[in-house]
Amino acid sequence: MQRYILRRVVQSVALLFVLALIIFALARVSGNPADLLLREDATQEDRAHLLRVLGLDRPVHEQLYLFLAGALRGDLGESIRYRKPAVEVFFERLPNTLKLLPLAMVGALVIAIPLGVLAAVYRGTFVDRASGAIAVLGLATPSFWLGIVLIYIFSIKLGVLPSSRMGGPSHYVLPAITLGLFLVAGMMRLVRSSLLEVMGSEFVKLARIKGLSQTVVIWKHCLSNALIPVTTLFGVYFALLITGAIVTETVFAWPGVGRLTYEAVIFRDYPMLQAVILLKAILVLGVNLSVDILYAYLDPRVRYA
Amino acid sequence: MAHPPRGDLARLPWVSFLIIAVLVVVAVLAPLVAPHSPTEQSLPDKLRPPAWQEGGSTNHLLGTDVLGRDVLSRLIYGARVSLIVAAAALLAGGGVGLMVGIVSGYVGGRVDSFLMRVVDATLTFPTILIALLLAVSMGQGLQTIAIAITVLIWARFARVVRGEVLSVKARDFVALARVHGCSHPRIMAIHIVPNVLNTFMVLLTLHIGFVIIVEASLSFLGAGIPPPTPSWGQMVADGRSHIASAWWLAVVPGAAIVLVVLAFNLFGDWLRDWLDPRLRQV
Repeated sequence: MQRYILRRVVQSVALLFVLALIIFALARVSGNPADLLLREDATQEDRAHLLRVLGLDRPVHEQLYLFLAGALRGDLGESIRYRKPAVEVFFERLPNTLKLLPLAMVGALVIAIPLGVLAAVYRGTFVDRASGAIAVLGLATPSFWLGIVLIYIFSIKLGVLPSSRMGGPSHYVLPAITLGLFLVAGMMRLVRSSLLEVMGSEFVKLARIKGLSQTVVIWKHCLSNALIPVTTLFGVYFALLITGAIVTETVFAWPGVGRLTYEAVIFRDYPMLQAVILLKAILVLGVNLSVDILYAYLDPRVRYA
Repeated sequence: MAHPPRGDLARLPWVSFLIIAVLVVVAVLAPLVAPHSPTEQSLPDKLRPPAWQEGGSTNHLLGTDVLGRDVLSRLIYGARVSLIVAAAALLAGGGVGLMVGIVSGYVGGRVDSFLMRVVDATLTFPTILIALLLAVSMGQGLQTIAIAITVLIWARFARVVRGEVLSVKARDFVALARVHGCSHPRIMAIHIVPNVLNTFMVLLTLHIGFVIIVEASLSFLGAGIPPPTPSWGQMVADGRSHIASAWWLAVVPGAAIVLVVLAFNLFGDWLRDWLDPRLRQV
């Protein structure tokens, strides 16, 4: 077990290191990173000064050392737009995103599980085809557009839900739906196929022979097993939600880290963007690592694979 | 035959096929079919609703935007952008994935386990963040998007192609070629590649819709093809702030994305069932 954990931790750290190298290289591939920081009306003296301050006049390997040492101390530079350390800005915004993600996740599960179960139980019937059509449509709908259409219908035409920014509980409805629907199609298909597999297994036949009702067999015996693949994908769903939040928070003017990412792109706030990317990567890798370790703890087969 | 094979020509999704055909023709012939220039502004005509609504005119079938530009014409030229980006990105990303998959599967051993570890890492990582970073550091443009999407999709191709190569590699004609003194690179090029081409074509088709959505999302976030070139994602982004007064600006291009992606996905499903049913599990 310890060896498994150690291996996974080393892998994650190596991945972060590679990511840091990519960020470091990308800032230099298109010219001097100082030019990404300077305003358009900056003079030659400003530029020279900035180069000295940031250590960009030194050889590349020293720059890399400075960058990595800074990153380890939690110093990823100062946001151009906010004139504050980028890491600080990120953690100010993070709670707002973390309030939205669980709602989206729960919402997606509440829609995907019943639909997936119905599709599997009524396999090949109209119900199956209808839920299949929902999945196909869901995969084809860009969430930024879905969000705008929802705003048009529920905020502008019907006037029942607020369209943007944070506030009372009603402010959460549309962003959570938009973000959650992003996951529904994939989740539903997974529930369907995994339930079909379980329904064909021996212990289910036994349960039926025992004379248990269809409802008990499906919802109790089958579903608890069929949901295992869904739970192991929690790390993947988290990564999808974190990236999906960029678009959703942009559409709903939600002041979280997703919108922060968008703003960093729009305002060409390079230090902010590189901080956002590294910190989000740490979050995603951390969640993935925890899920894997938890799973290995619960299922010994994983450890020795 | 009692059970005709799934996905034969009789099952061709005609509607999808028609949508794709119209899209391609319209994109290629954009200057001929577009009623107006996509960038020409005409302020007296601004914010005209679509023709079927009150105040609309047949001169602008899908209305005009805040600068008086014709939405239909922008949509038509935007189709060009979507298709060009999709083609470039798929060729680049698919090509990289194909090569990695072939080398990984054929060479095997340490090379294989290293490459597959990189693939796994790429697949668990939110690669869209790297795409955004690329757009900011390299500047917006076709090249940047193609590289960004390559980063996003190559690993999916590599993994599936590798699996195929493993099964092709074990077949007798490969061993025979080896006995005849065929070099490894030659075996990969003339014996392995043709045998994974079906799978590769199916994967390409299945990813067209995904790539179009990614391109639209990047454009929506201001990291796509820069204006004034019209692209669908950017049209939705521009229309967002006018949703209360001019719904068609955001709704129409978004609906176009849904329709086209849907058509490509259904067509891809059909092609998979026809050429390579085993890919169903992927």
